[in-house]
Amino acid sequence: MNFLSLFVLIPLLMLLGLWLAKGVKAVRGVMVVGSSLLLVLATYLTIDFLAQRAGGNTAEMLYQASFTWFEPLNISYRVGVDGISVAMLLLSAVIVFTGTFVSWKLSPNLKDYFLWFTLLSMGVFGFFISIDMFMMFMFYEIALIPMYLLIGVWGTGQKEYSAMKLTLMLMGGSAFLMLGIFGIFYGAGGQTMNILDIANHTGGAHAIDFAGQCIWFPLTFVGFGVLGALFPFHTWSPDGHASAPTAVSMLHAGVLMKLGGYGCFRIAIFLLPEAANELNWIFLILTGISVVYGAMSACVQTDLKYINAYSSVSHCGLVLFGILMLTTTSTTGAVLQMLSHGLMTALFFALIGMIYGRTHTRDVRLMTGLMQIMPFLGVCFVIAGLANLGLPGLSGFVAEMSIFVGSFQNADTFHRVLTVMATCSIVVAAVYILRMVGKMLYGVCTDEHHLKLTDATWEERFAVICLIACIAGIGLFPSWISSMISDSVAPIIDAVKQAI
Amino acid sequence: MDYSQFLNMGQELSLLAVILILFVADLFMCTDRKSGKGVLNTPLPVILLTVHTLLGLAPLVCPCCVADATAFGGMYVSSAMAVVVKTILNVGTVIVFLTAHEWLKQPDMANKQGEYYTLTLFTLLGMYFMVSAGHFLMFFIGLELASVPMTALIAYSKKSQESAEAAAKYILTALFSSGLMLYGISLIYGTTGTLYFDQIAPQIHATNLVQLAALVLFIGGIGFKISLVPFHLWTADAYQGAPTTVTSYLSVISKGAAAFVLFVVLYKVFAPIIDQANLLFFWIIIFSITLANIFAVRQNNIKRFMAFSAISQAGYLVLGVMGATPQGLTAIVYYLLVYMAANLGVFLIISITEQRSGGKVNISDYDGFYRTNPKLSFLMTLCLFSLAGIPPFAGFFSKFFMFMAAFKAGFVVLVLIALVNTVISLYYYLLIVKAMYIIPSDEPIPTFKSDGYTKLGLALCTLGVVLIGIISWFYSYIDQFSFGL
Repeated sequence: MNFLSLFVLIPLLMLLGLWLAKGVKAVRGVMVVGSSLLLVLATYLTIDFLAQRAGGNTAEMLYQASFTWFEPLNISYRVGVDGISVAMLLLSAVIVFTGTFVSWKLSPNLKDYFLWFTLLSMGVFGFFISIDMFMMFMFYEIALIPMYLLIGVWGTGQKEYSAMKLTLMLMGGSAFLMLGIFGIFYGAGGQTMNILDIANHTGGAHAIDFAGQCIWFPLTFVGFGVLGALFPFHTWSPDGHASAPTAVSMLHAGVLMKLGGYGCFRIAIFLLPEAANELNWIFLILTGISVVYGAMSACVQTDLKYINAYSSVSHCGLVLFGILMLTTTSTTGAVLQMLSHGLMTALFFALIGMIYGRTHTRDVRLMTGLMQIMPFLGVCFVIAGLANLGLPGLSGFVAEMSIFVGSFQNADTFHRVLTVMATCSIVVAAVYILRMVGKMLYGVCTDEHHLKLTDATWEERFAVICLIACIAGIGLFPSWISSMISDSVAPIIDAVKQAI
Repeated sequence: MDYSQFLNMGQELSLLAVILILFVADLFMCTDRKSGKGVLNTPLPVILLTVHTLLGLAPLVCPCCVADATAFGGMYVSSAMAVVVKTILNVGTVIVFLTAHEWLKQPDMANKQGEYYTLTLFTLLGMYFMVSAGHFLMFFIGLELASVPMTALIAYSKKSQESAEAAAKYILTALFSSGLMLYGISLIYGTTGTLYFDQIAPQIHATNLVQLAALVLFIGGIGFKISLVPFHLWTADAYQGAPTTVTSYLSVISKGAAAFVLFVVLYKVFAPIIDQANLLFFWIIIFSITLANIFAVRQNNIKRFMAFSAISQAGYLVLGVMGATPQGLTAIVYYLLVYMAANLGVFLIISITEQRSGGKVNISDYDGFYRTNPKLSFLMTLCLFSLAGIPPFAGFFSKFFMFMAAFKAGFVVLVLIALVNTVISLYYYLLIVKAMYIIPSDEPIPTFKSDGYTKLGLALCTLGVVLIGIISWFYSYIDQFSFGL
């Protein structure tokens, strides 16, 4: 039994525990124990991974394990991690852990809520540890479907519409993805679903012919891109986020959207390198639009969740943008951006949820002077905002700098013009963030009801502080994590570059 | 005559024995002499059928020594795969009997329950003959034996007008399609001079228009049984009008047997003109899946809804026929197994809800069902997710493998269309989930307790939905029989 499998096993045990749990306290107990275990496991994995790398273990994927699952179809249960997956696992564990505390007082049916929540996190963890395409796809879909019920039952606003739209769009994406996976599998000889074997042409796999690559690349990229909020397939994201309950928004924007970027890199670009070189310009334009358009849209929104959702579209667009630039620096930046955006958007959604829970409005225009009433939440909100617009010292800065520097390394005009355009989004981000923060927090509070509101409770403070610590940690000491990521990214990008 | 060849028909004979025992037992057990009231004897058919299923599995315990067994000079052929299919049908029928308990408990039903069991088992026997046919005559007899008692079953609710209407519709279309089929068979006989499957194939030529016509007529006939578009028009009315247990039997068992036979006949008889057959099926599948999906979206009666869902599922089932590859056959049988678990699970819940709520079968009646019956809602959701192909439930695996088989056979566009349709189907399955979980209702179906038989059936279905996919043994086991066919 490989210890990576614990990432799936623990959520499974949590599901069992939740099933058996009676009463709210037992449910919370199961969740806290389970998510803490996951966090400890992810931390241990990170430390051990770094130690192994420092010890000179240069294998592509560490902790590999495999056993045959569906033998006639060459499908195996295969796990393994590299620097990118380790970073993502750490992120997921942090978000699940804090998400548990944020949903502390949710009603009704806390138990059922956590059941679906845990199923979702199982899908997420399973996705990041798997290196078999079938497994990856399976976990991907496991992570999508609980969203329908989580939003539909526990959401707010137009929840039925949003839940259905989100589910159908994401499932539509995965329909393309499934076709792409078949194409890659049979294009490479139909002998193995192992991603490493297909990329390295070992284990019975041979190179996929160029014409085939040009068909499967757009399918897989769009398939994952829908989840990564690729323009014009991003429209599920604002509605979905706005209607979802707080912790689900956190998990969704924080982790689930990263599945898209990770999948684009791990499957579309890694396995179809020639087509990636040939066709990336189409998607670069689309992601460029995502980046700028998302930021612009955020400027005109008045609902806090919509502002953050469009800002997510913009930031996730940057992730895909960095990946498509195909340089080591930009891709490392993209992975860092996934990490940083995951943390800060989770923080943002958590704070929005907490503020909404008190004021019962998310309309920026109806709130003023909240800083005096809830200073803790106010300060944290400012920190989240600054992280979002990329202030040095916080994680967003490191990530965005790497992406832009890496993108500019491409010497031709097309890439440079796009980079300059994407950079503009930072300015726009400053506009919507500062306006929102200024309007909401400062000034004199005029609403009588707001004067009686209380500041954060202990479990809310705990969740928020955890997230801020991570954001500041990455922002202040980025080198260990960025070198861990770039060690894993560099060989892949080199291989992709050589494939031309 | 060598009577030992009857031994090769072990499963048929044992089913016949079950039928006769039930027939005789019915004379003594049907009414309680003292009170004059009807006495339920659900356990007897369930136990007998279970024993029969286990006996039938005996030759499969050691898969290496299974050889094709024939009887009557090749009219009857029993392959290992046929035994697997028959076993799946058996298990399905057991679950249908468990569903029926609550319905037969009604005062006016208890006196005629014996007929219910014997009629159902006779149709099952007919399907056995279809599955094991090696000769068109045997095949046709099986087909008729499976259709005619079915009409009586559909019309079983004597006082319901809908039930009678459904039966009339069913028998008329059944006869018409039998006529088509017979005409096709006669064309084959006319051009080849034989009706044995293995003797026909060498004489089939793609240039022979009469034989192409025979292919079309054959597909028309069998398409009726599987309810593929454009032979589906009876489906919605028959499903709606028939008693719910009969609907569940219609939607899974008779469909599954016919799909398997379709594959066998295409593979054995029409192999030389498989390209033409593929062309036909290309359009049949596209229309079946798409039209049924579009119609399903608009339904409010849940049985009618399941009818359209069944048509679209049949389209997916037939996807495995494309190319007639061994992988396709495995995919069909596996799909059938998974579909059976999920679909019967849904029908169990529909049936018990109908019985306990005084006949509520509209989707809008399920509003707020989660509040009052959380466990049943949860199980229903699992089954619906499995039907929609959501992991980790079995439906995901069966759909994935089905698409994989079709993709490998080279039908990429068809797979794409089918995949897009899975999104539409997800939409309408979610409509039921939405009704149960999200839409509030002033008068939800009140909380009720299910009886033991329903619980047992639900447990079996849930186990199937959860485990058949994750445990790869099922797929591998079926796969090892698909090569020799």
